[in-house]
Amino acid sequence: MTDIAIIGGGPAGLSAAIYAASLGAKVTLVDDGLELGGQLIKQTHKFFGSEKQFAGIRGIEIAKKMIQDIKEYDNLEVIANATVTGYYEDEVITIVQGVNGDILKKLKAKRIIVATGASENILPFVNNDLPGVYAAGAVQTLMNLYGVVPGNNILMVGAGNIGLIVSYQLLQAGIKVEAIVEALPRIGGYLVHASKIRRLGVPIYTSHTLKEAYGTDCVEKAVISEINQNFEFIPGTEKELEVDTICLAVGLSPLSDLLWQAGCQMKYVPELCGHVALRDDNMKTTKDKIYIAGDVAGIEEASSAMLEGQIAGLNAAISLGYKCDNYQEQDRKLKEELKELRDNPLSEEIRRGVEKALIKEGWD
Amino acid sequence: MRIKKHPILEFNQKEKIKFTLDGKELEGYKGEPIASALIAAGIKVLSRSIKYKRPRGFFCAIGKCSACLMKVNGVPNIRTCVTKLEEGMKVEIQKGKGDFN
Amino acid sequence: MLERTGIPTDDDLEKIIPGKKRLARGPVVIIECFQKIPCDPCAISCKFGAIKPFKDINDLPQVDFTKCTGCGICISSCPGLAIFVIDMNYSEGKALIKLPYEMLPLPEKGEVVYALDRAGGKLGKAKVAKVLKIKNKTNIISLEVPKSMAMKVRSIKVEDKNNER
Repeated sequence: MTDIAIIGGGPAGLSAAIYAASLGAKVTLVDDGLELGGQLIKQTHKFFGSEKQFAGIRGIEIAKKMIQDIKEYDNLEVIANATVTGYYEDEVITIVQGVNGDILKKLKAKRIIVATGASENILPFVNNDLPGVYAAGAVQTLMNLYGVVPGNNILMVGAGNIGLIVSYQLLQAGIKVEAIVEALPRIGGYLVHASKIRRLGVPIYTSHTLKEAYGTDCVEKAVISEINQNFEFIPGTEKELEVDTICLAVGLSPLSDLLWQAGCQMKYVPELCGHVALRDDNMKTTKDKIYIAGDVAGIEEASSAMLEGQIAGLNAAISLGYKCDNYQEQDRKLKEELKELRDNPLSEEIRRGVEKALIKEGWD
Repeated sequence: MRIKKHPILEFNQKEKIKFTLDGKELEGYKGEPIASALIAAGIKVLSRSIKYKRPRGFFCAIGKCSACLMKVNGVPNIRTCVTKLEEGMKVEIQKGKGDFN
Repeated sequence: MLERTGIPTDDDLEKIIPGKKRLARGPVVIIECFQKIPCDPCAISCKFGAIKPFKDINDLPQVDFTKCTGCGICISSCPGLAIFVIDMNYSEGKALIKLPYEMLPLPEKGEVVYALDRAGGKLGKAKVAKVLKIKNKTNIISLEVPKSMAMKVRSIKVEDKNNER
């Protein structure tokens, strides 16, 4: 029996766990990775965002601090390397553990906060199943967690923040990035990230995409092509690149299986990159006992995931009767900061998406 | 191949251990995922697709895509991207859907 | 165009580069940040109030060049590595550029390295006047360049003598 079970130990889940535990709630954090911290433990770059949160600090340092904070609470238990497989009406979650998945546990939780994050999208191109085609997160795992060189010559597909950041990280690891291609006519990620990669000699081809990969048992060559505004290949613009690795940074989709299964009302919101649960501004879904935070609530930055986690952690604990000095003010402050993070032209889609997924007061 | 020196990170892998891939002895670090040790050893093909036997390699690294399913210590369909490497592990490229023989 | 290429245009740069008079007076900051994103560490890092306090976290940095001393403390605070300090008064023929650097190998003081432009193109060779190691690992390289190159050089390429990579 626990007060709040938090599913997922990335930036959102860790923030939720720390906030709820600090108010005295009994918290159980379940995570399926080999290490806690989700994607945060691979982020070698300094974070944007507000100085009030963690701006200017590298992702890896933020993760270290949060994982350290977690250890300070006796009322916070971590179940690591374990997958939550279901949520039942009698407030029970089932947890599968063990190398062979042969340990099944049940845990009764008065509230759950789903912070399961996202999975990476694949791109359709000829031979996209060849070894040497990696999702960007996988490249980060190999080089930043385990110090393994994923390949020698990389083609990065996607110039959103992930594509740009991972390209920079590859250069830091001493690996050659041959080029970055982006299907849209403009760079999607922060332009300062783009500029710092360009300065190191990596070309960024906008309105270009990957057409084919070649190789016998792994990638040996990639063919990129310019595309028109209808995303059709323009004949005669193909370029061959000698690369042994193709890194896909073509977007993420919320990992919302558990929310579907639990019966939360879901909605397809393209601005949030997939199906998300409807939620109120406390991050509570249409199910009274289920909260969400982070990428599962809509694909965004880690800085906003951490704030959503804090909002969910605070409000889940309050709903169970735990007390917080000046709750109103704390709650308002967190929501205000989240609003500020999204108050720029680049976040316009996010704002529109959140609006679509929001349950307003008086909603039935 | 491993990263020798990094401007930001320090890798605190200390304990080198031995394991085998299809009987061939390889080295890796204790506690890293099996798949990461294989890639560091230059192994790119981790499995074959069931119908057309197309090569499959490391892809998602979070235990979701099934491209790295291998037979480990006789047990098939182990997600080698989220399973820690241990001393003396017997790793094999499995055939088809895998078996316990 | 910046959002297609990742390289700021002359028009972009014109908006943020201080006037000739200020440049001639000695070290001054140049912040190549052209897009509203939620990020404020530069304004907080400046002890002289030269980077004006943000009203909104998404504000673009605004520099009061009369207050800037060119100290360079903001350089390593910037998550986007977009801040440089230029000293046009460094010597008779040379300007000094302070730039952020997070790659290996780190050059040594006195070493001659390639000076790169905003597209990574080699502009020529330049001498490293100083290497300042910063705790947050965004180190600061001071580079001597011809005055005519001060607004062009934005990165370096260091020869890997010890085969670190």
